[in-house]
Amino acid sequence: MTVERFANEFGFDILCMPAPEKEISGAYIGDLLSWVMGKAEQSNVWLTIMSNINTVAVATLADTSCILLCEGVRADGELLRTASEKGVNILSTDLTSFEAAVKIKDAVR
Amino acid sequence: MSDRLIFRFDVEGDDFTSAGQASVQVKKNLRQLGIDSETIRRVSIAMYEGEINMVIHAGGGVAEVAVCEDYIEIVLEDTGPGIKDIEQAMQAGYSTASDTVRSLGFGAGMGLPNMKKNSDSMTIDSTPGVGTRIVMKIMYGGKANEGV
Ligand SMILES: Nc1ncnc2c1ncn2[C@@H]1O[C@H](COP(=O)(O)OP(=O)(O)O)[C@@H](O)[C@H]1O
Ligand SMILES: [Mg+2]
Repeated sequence: MTVERFANEFGFDILCMPAPEKEISGAYIGDLLSWVMGKAEQSNVWLTIMSNINTVAVATLADTSCILLCEGVRADGELLRTASEKGVNILSTDLTSFEAAVKIKDAVR
Repeated sequence: MSDRLIFRFDVEGDDFTSAGQASVQVKKNLRQLGIDSETIRRVSIAMYEGEINMVIHAGGGVAEVAVCEDYIEIVLEDTGPGIKDIEQAMQAGYSTASDTVRSLGFGAGMGLPNMKKNSDSMTIDSTPGVGTRIVMKIMYGGKANEGV
């Protein structure tokens, strides 16, 4: 499933989507950047409440398909500008990371 | 290939907004060179953690990535405070990062273990008050070390 379809199917807010065609496979939940770097797999949806600029580099290097900001966490303009430039998709939801994970579990497998 | 292709970066200390940019650039360069994606992934993780350590612990430094015939070599050199007890620093979860740095998502104490895990060899030379030099080699088609 592409990130664009994923966002639409689950009604997640699209904060920026420079690469809508990226394919999704699996997911990883984490807010500590070294854990995400070490454990997230290519094409994962990355569920997190961390929304500072450093997430863009981590998403780029770990090759995640998109960042899904949970718990209603928002991203500021600078983050979204950088993410757009670097081709990093960012979605958001008011759900908790757990609720979001349960909701998407069958679709991202 | 007798001559090695070398990328060199100055990494700024305490600059959290551009932290990781050298690693992102290296990844781009390696992609353009057609290096396999598993190797790129391991280089990305190892270099990112080393780069971030120079930013948060050492006041910056220099990163050099050499593309060699059988492996990629990453050399990270700084003139920061050095590491007193390397064995302790290598332990998963050990971190001296400040609360400010932790609030940004750093300081999990997994950086050095991630570097070790994703490289085929890693040597740390560090002298307190002088600085730290870390050399990592990542073989093409190699396998990440199991465990942390
Ligand atoms: N380049 C460096 N200069 C000085 N100290 C360092 C350096 N790299 C790592 N350290 C020390 O080793 C510790 C562990 O590093 P690491 O595993 O990357 O965890 P973290 O960066 O999350 O603290 C750091 O908290 C710091 O005390
Ligand atoms: Mg570290």
